[in-house]
Amino acid sequence: MEQMKRRKFLGVSAVGMAAVAGSGVLVPAIANAANVAGWPAAAFDAKKLDEAMKDSIDTTSVKTSAKVRLTAPTIAENGAAVPVTVDVDHPMTADDYIESVYLYVDHNPTPLASAFHFTPDSGHAYFQERIKMAKTDMVRAVARTNKGVMMSSKPQEIKVTIGGCGG
Amino acid sequence: MNLSRRDFMAMMGIAGATGFLSPSAIASSWGSGKDPYEIPEYGNVTLLHITDTHAQLLPVWWREPGTNIGTREQKEWGVTPHMVGDKKLEYYGIKAGTPEGYALSCMDFDTLAHKYGKIGGYAHIATLVKRYREQVGKKAILLDGGDAWQGSATSLWTKAEDMVGAQNLLKEDYFVGHWEFTYGADRVEYLLKHKLKAKFLSQNVFTIPWDEPVFDPYDIREVSGRKVAVIGQSFPFTPIANPAYFVPKWSFGIHPGHMQKMVDECRQKHKADIVLVLSHNGADVDKKMASQVNGIDIILGGHTHEIMGPRPVKINNTLIINTSTNGKFLARFDLDVGKGKLNGWRFNYLPIISNMIPEDQEMADYINKVRAPYAKKLAEPLAVTESLLYRRDNFNGTFDQILCDALREEMDCEAAFSPGFRWGYCKLPGETITMEDVMGQTAITYPQVTVTEYTGAELKNVMEQVADNLFNPNPYYIQGGDMIRVGNIQYTMNPGETIDKRITDLRVGGKMVQANKRYKVAGWGAMQKVEGTPVWDIFAKWLRSKKTVSANPRDLPVLTKNMAGNPGIAFPKEYDL
Amino acid sequence: MAAIGNPMIRMASHAKKGQIVEVRSLIMNPMTTGLSKNKAGKLIPAHFIQTVTVTFNKKPLCNVDWSTAISANPYMAFKMRAVESGTLEMTWKDNTNGVWSSKAAITVA
Repeated sequence: MEQMKRRKFLGVSAVGMAAVAGSGVLVPAIANAANVAGWPAAAFDAKKLDEAMKDSIDTTSVKTSAKVRLTAPTIAENGAAVPVTVDVDHPMTADDYIESVYLYVDHNPTPLASAFHFTPDSGHAYFQERIKMAKTDMVRAVARTNKGVMMSSKPQEIKVTIGGCGG
Repeated sequence: MNLSRRDFMAMMGIAGATGFLSPSAIASSWGSGKDPYEIPEYGNVTLLHITDTHAQLLPVWWREPGTNIGTREQKEWGVTPHMVGDKKLEYYGIKAGTPEGYALSCMDFDTLAHKYGKIGGYAHIATLVKRYREQVGKKAILLDGGDAWQGSATSLWTKAEDMVGAQNLLKEDYFVGHWEFTYGADRVEYLLKHKLKAKFLSQNVFTIPWDEPVFDPYDIREVSGRKVAVIGQSFPFTPIANPAYFVPKWSFGIHPGHMQKMVDECRQKHKADIVLVLSHNGADVDKKMASQVNGIDIILGGHTHEIMGPRPVKINNTLIINTSTNGKFLARFDLDVGKGKLNGWRFNYLPIISNMIPEDQEMADYINKVRAPYAKKLAEPLAVTESLLYRRDNFNGTFDQILCDALREEMDCEAAFSPGFRWGYCKLPGETITMEDVMGQTAITYPQVTVTEYTGAELKNVMEQVADNLFNPNPYYIQGGDMIRVGNIQYTMNPGETIDKRITDLRVGGKMVQANKRYKVAGWGAMQKVEGTPVWDIFAKWLRSKKTVSANPRDLPVLTKNMAGNPGIAFPKEYDL
Repeated sequence: MAAIGNPMIRMASHAKKGQIVEVRSLIMNPMTTGLSKNKAGKLIPAHFIQTVTVTFNKKPLCNVDWSTAISANPYMAFKMRAVESGTLEMTWKDNTNGVWSSKAAITVA
């Protein structure tokens, strides 16, 4: 039922710090660091929500739809691992299916957190993952169908607080 | 004025405990002279509910809050539970001075306390539980809403085992948790697996990282040929309101979606005729959850220690109660459960006025036995109080005021913070504060006192964050604590504002706080692991040195004028309103 | 250095044809952002999983691109329509040429 086969193991011993000076800023780099082929660097490097949306979905305004459901805690138990679930109530047939779902955290250093890509065989455009948040912020998901129709979840506020003082 | 207990009693014309009304006199003040605990049988299922006893095996004094503000922004202005004092009595048509008036409001508390006596006590609760079990037989289910393991010296020192013994003697059926988790996941699992006979249920606790349920989410039992489903809901904010390091591999949360799934599973898969939720959400969160989740018949709630008047609150088709704290009430629901639906119900809150209910001998013997090894230490007299000491209030309770005074003086700090906990019982003017009473305000598993140098900006941020846990318009942000207690910190508070804007005119020692200046603040109950002396040692040392204490002056905020007339404020003058 | 790799998949071993099954997965990876400093005050380099690809019987099922905003030791759950028996394979790749994969089998009746 559960397989834990490790196929390939690369990188660990090769990880080392090689600080490279560039334009007066120390840019740390990993010896053999290289982006994985096809990884959308521009969208992930964008520092502002608008840019991140432009670079990933080519627009900054998407209509909200109750069909895109984003579930997250109102208050984070741990800002380093906030569980977020997105599911889209939409057919998953060969003709009409959710192709991609993008997740954004408005004021993270790079707002685009992830980009999921589905096929009709997924059966349900659904994912759960855990994200980092440094402070109270809005999280939103945008879904795009294979026909290019886009819809957004209601943005949800997740509070990152100091805690304490509970009843 | 310095006052010994004897002087005080003489002044009040009270000759010790004999000054209390006799049980029959109390009964007659209830009206008609008949036994107020006599409840006629009705229906086919009887629920008995206690919650948040905070490990008080013996009867204590418990005063309802004088301040429990709901704002217009929250749509909770004057809505239960945000209604206190006279306003609450008036709203529910309860006469002041009656046993219900004593139990449900803070008005004339010390006078009525002398008249009616202490509330709660497991030996008294046990008598009533046994009586009702005898009356209704197998129709009865006893549910405990959590926070039973924390709040007393003996629970802390026995790591909750004294309470588990009492729960077993009561023959509790179901249990959920909050402060229980502060004994650490291993201790919780051990006691639940090997000691506690009640079933622990929680639909909202999951493992990290695999996100699998830690506990059974619900249980189905057959009563009178009907299927009764009980779903458990532990405190959703456990790793936020209390240190997360106690439960590093468990995640919590409200999970209304999963709750809906559980309700549907109970109804569709198990053909439950009635669905109950035993909840430690707190009153405001329960009300919102009931508005989102369909198919819950009754939420038996706790956590916020907010008795919402004498009747259940109804949201859509869900009845909600919140059964106070410290053993003050036993709630009884008599239900007529039909095929797949609740046909009818009767409800009673039964105040456990200990002078009116004889002790159950078995429980009394048990309590004596578990307390015996600690009795001497607990009885140590420390100081006499001149003022009524209580904790529960939105802002500095009087007990917290003297605790903050103690922290400041003992730690040589210009200011002090103390958590806005809602447990901690009362002491009447003239009474001696013992070591047991100090533990009754401080018995937690993370008691270290720390001294922190906050910048003015950090000081304000701490207070704003806590205020938002109390006054946020979205109930799902309300964690169920009160405002952080302060020593020598003055401020103006606007509960109707948003985070970072509620607090203005913040001062330490009367001087305006400057954002970059550092302030030395004593505190306890840190969220991270810290070194330090337990707060009870520091509090006890200070009390011994004082001999008599009083909670004056109090560091209460000034409330903004938009709070004038708020039914959640019984004594507006205290806030310059 | 903390543990790295060790990918795991949890999925039902049996399903009915047409049923939507949930697949859950975990892998050890620091997921460092490149923005935070170590105790010596030096920036910790970015080191994170960038892509996860999922196939069923070698046919693409879904894939994800991740940023440094994903938590350390990333967990991911997703769904699949069970059509036929076979093997699900997941492959994680990080920005240091690290590649890991894991398989899980399901019998569909």
